[in-house]
Amino acid sequence: MKIPEYNPRDWKSHPPYSFKAYGSSVKRGPLKKLVPIQQTLSEVTGPLFSDIKLEAGENDLTRHPETGKEAVGERIIVVGRVLDENERPVPNTLIEIWQANAAGRYHHPVDQHNAPLDPNFIGAGRCVTNEKGEYRYLTIKPGPYPWLNHPNAWRPSHIHLSLFGPAFVTRLVTQFYFPGDPLIPLDPIFNSVSTKSGRERLMSSYAHDVSEPEFALGYRFDIVLRGRKATPFEEPR
Amino acid sequence: MKKETPSQTVGPFYAIGLTRKPMNIMATESTEGQRIRIEGQVFDGDGAAIPDVMVEIWQANAYGRYNHPDDKQEKPLDPTFTGWGRSGTDEKCFYSFETIKPGAVPGMDDSVQAPHINVVVFARGMLVHAYTRIYFADEPTNANDPVLNSIKNKKRRQTLIASPGMEDGSTVYRFDIRLQGENETVFFDM
Repeated sequence: MKIPEYNPRDWKSHPPYSFKAYGSSVKRGPLKKLVPIQQTLSEVTGPLFSDIKLEAGENDLTRHPETGKEAVGERIIVVGRVLDENERPVPNTLIEIWQANAAGRYHHPVDQHNAPLDPNFIGAGRCVTNEKGEYRYLTIKPGPYPWLNHPNAWRPSHIHLSLFGPAFVTRLVTQFYFPGDPLIPLDPIFNSVSTKSGRERLMSSYAHDVSEPEFALGYRFDIVLRGRKATPFEEPR
Repeated sequence: MKKETPSQTVGPFYAIGLTRKPMNIMATESTEGQRIRIEGQVFDGDGAAIPDVMVEIWQANAYGRYNHPDDKQEKPLDPTFTGWGRSGTDEKCFYSFETIKPGAVPGMDDSVQAPHINVVVFARGMLVHAYTRIYFADEPTNANDPVLNSIKNKKRRQTLIASPGMEDGSTVYRFDIRLQGENETVFFDM
């Protein structure tokens, strides 16, 4: 059976499973060589969520989903495009979002950082890309927070994103960071990406064209998922 | 050509964004096929069950068709079944899914793949997710499965086989995942 195959995973773009400076990674990734699999229907299909109906407000983390009350902190607008490696937009794809509040605390029982919880900030949202692969959501700029990886360890401000794309092989979970954050060069999770160009692809940029007067600053973060292999009939753009 | 956005770990707090609502009940009463439960634990290199791990699965329906436009087989779709599920862990570090046993799906060229479930593992500490598969110990077609047979070390093939048991009158397959160690699960580069 002929199927539309995807490019192999570009391992140079991704961190290794084991990265010593990030202590928890050492015991939690495969050590044996991955077994190569030739793509079949199992790999080139995947959940599309095409009939998903988002509730009003899921793309606005600045208000509590039930009470509508406003969270504290710096309101921001995050926009971007989801593309594949062939620079084609990935339309109608689900993006799940989660993050710490403005004080650097997650709405999660495991987070015991002594910073205030904000009753109006859950820190979770969802959005879907439009036909051009564009997405947009509102949130509060997350604060940095301490962790126990090494002495005086602090995570830079970041937002977690989860994407599916069109196939099982296009799944991606990542985090993006904010320009000018002095903690970024010190962060082992950011630095687990071995190339400078790869690390730059985790950075959002300030987008003055997205900022809205008297309301919020804008940031842009484009995302690239695996693309299909070029065929003789269909040249990549 | 554009380069992929690098992967980053889901971290310890993924539940906020990903598992606040249960997404591991994939079959309803009207879903066609044999109802099964799949459960297991994910172990780290010290042999400890991982609490902050998340497992996602993707599978064909009982006829062996994926609910996806690129599956152009002339087999029926089941409107009650998407084929996708996601599970965090319970207080005993178990993930679980209520689903149906998938049918066989085509493989490369003219081959047929034994019924299987496609798995992705995420965890705090995993910088990149890992792909594996679940096969069923009671499927004789496993012997001809092209993917299982592509694993050179025959003993390692066993790491992908879930064994059935009965619990309260229903079929439960146990599938543990070992990220490292002597019986490290086979993970795929796909």
